[in-house]
Amino acid sequence: MSSIKFWISAAVVLAALVGMAFSGANEYVFFAGFVVLQFVVLASAWNILGGYAGYVNFGVPAFVATGAYAGLVVFKALGAPLLVQILMGALMSGLLGLMVGMLTLRLRGIFFSIATVAVIFILETVVLNWRFVGGATGLQLARPEPSFGFETYTRMLFAVMAVMAVVAVGISRYLQYSHIGQGLRALRDSEEAAECSGVPTLKLKLIACTISGALLGAGGAPMPMYLSFIEPASSFNLSYAVSTLAMPIIGGIGHWAGPVIGALLLASLQQIVTVTISSELNVLVVGVLLVLFVVIAPEGILGLVKSWKRSSK
Amino acid sequence: MVFSIDLLFEAVLFGVLLGCFYAAVSLGLSVAFGLLDIPHVAHPAILVLGAYCTYLLGTTGVDPILAGLLLTPVFFVLGVMIYRFYYETFERRGGTEAGVRGLAFFFGLAFIIEVGLILAFGVDQRGVEAAYIGSSLELGEFRIPYRMLAAFGVAIVLTVALTLYLSRTFTGRAIKAVGQDEGALRLMGANPVRIKQLAFGIATGVNALAGAVLIVVGPVEPALDRLYIGRTFCVVVLAGLGSMSGTLAAGLILGITESIVLMMLGASWAPAVSFGLLLLVLGVRPQGLFGR
Repeated sequence: MSSIKFWISAAVVLAALVGMAFSGANEYVFFAGFVVLQFVVLASAWNILGGYAGYVNFGVPAFVATGAYAGLVVFKALGAPLLVQILMGALMSGLLGLMVGMLTLRLRGIFFSIATVAVIFILETVVLNWRFVGGATGLQLARPEPSFGFETYTRMLFAVMAVMAVVAVGISRYLQYSHIGQGLRALRDSEEAAECSGVPTLKLKLIACTISGALLGAGGAPMPMYLSFIEPASSFNLSYAVSTLAMPIIGGIGHWAGPVIGALLLASLQQIVTVTISSELNVLVVGVLLVLFVVIAPEGILGLVKSWKRSSK
Repeated sequence: MVFSIDLLFEAVLFGVLLGCFYAAVSLGLSVAFGLLDIPHVAHPAILVLGAYCTYLLGTTGVDPILAGLLLTPVFFVLGVMIYRFYYETFERRGGTEAGVRGLAFFFGLAFIIEVGLILAFGVDQRGVEAAYIGSSLELGEFRIPYRMLAAFGVAIVLTVALTLYLSRTFTGRAIKAVGQDEGALRLMGANPVRIKQLAFGIATGVNALAGAVLIVVGPVEPALDRLYIGRTFCVVVLAGLGSMSGTLAAGLILGITESIVLMMLGASWAPAVSFGLLLLVLGVRPQGLFGR
């Protein structure tokens, strides 16, 4: 797909989504749609590091919660509007990404992944002991009036998340085709070979960690406003990690479209399962699908489509 | 908090017992991850599974430690099956992204076990009963809970048994060798895949007994595995991959540190200790303290 085609379709999709937010559709559509779009952001962000560079980040909840709590702090302290909250969330978790990157640069494979799990629990413990943001019990928040002429706050959040999803996918797509993406793929296949061929692996990994972290945080930043509530146990929940890992793998890692397909399918399925059956089963569905895909269709849906096209030629 | 030598001594004593317990729950991972290089992030989930199986046997009146011993062969078979599956789907196929998929597989497996436990038992805590749970050994002014002593005993026996097995028997040495040089092992006439399969079975079997110790030390809940990702990986990485005596030493370091932090700062900071120590080791000395 050429860049022009991509951006035209992106603009059309965005216009349709934002237009929907002004329509008379049921409020629940936006409540559920927000989560689906949020996962498009998270999965695309994860794919930058996990898919392109092959560094599996289990620490998604740490970044999402950093975004959420950074947003909460500027809201509580200064009454900052949503956009400032999102920017603050992106900034703080981008910094977290950079720090994690610097600390774990020497680590490969599972060591990196385990280090990212450690970050979740350390930050969660800090938040649990931090009174200002509500500690273990959390905080109830009063949402301000919606701006930009939206009827309800949820509709506004949905539209904002739609914009963020398009931006995140755009960044992820840009990175894939740029020299950064090429370098990341080279270091995924062989870090030594890439280093020897003059690929600045260190710099590229830091860039990927920072951008991926910032996008994850931006995706998490609207959470306190979305729920009118925030508490550590759900913000730092590992189920974010398993979902965000499963979506790119189910869609197909390494290509920008993979996480988008995976997120749209899996997040919608999760919404349906949560509503119709139970939220425990929804994590089970994600786990089972993840294992099924890595075993049966390791290239994800994109891989299935590719091999189907090849065989039908 | 008033600092006192007595309190510190008590914290260290408790830390030693706790540390041996942490070593016991990490031994299986030390074999699976340390020696075999398998990204076994489902280890803590299987540990909790072992605790729940012990609980089930306990409801029929079986002593928890005995239950753990009875479960060991069952879990051995489970481990052999998991490795077989892992080998067929990931190790043999290879490819550039095999590492990512192997990790994703074990991560998914951990979640399936955890949610399976929630669906079967609910989110409430479960515990077992035995004569040595609840009472304490009194030594002057110090009280040592018998359950910690039981954990201590099992940990020491397990560590010694595994160390001896790995250094004295042919198969044990083959297990140590398989992580270092598969080709050389093949030349010696041993089949690396069968050796790894056996080793992973042993790691999982040991984990069943460790799970029994886990529920002896305190009640369990399905999500407990998340906390033990930090503790077990901290111990194994700190130990230096694959060293059994190192595992015991690293367990002690973690146990004593956690116990002292618990005393000085309170229980709410305890979970951060293992993960913090883990990050520190990974950042400063990823080959561990007793690494090869």
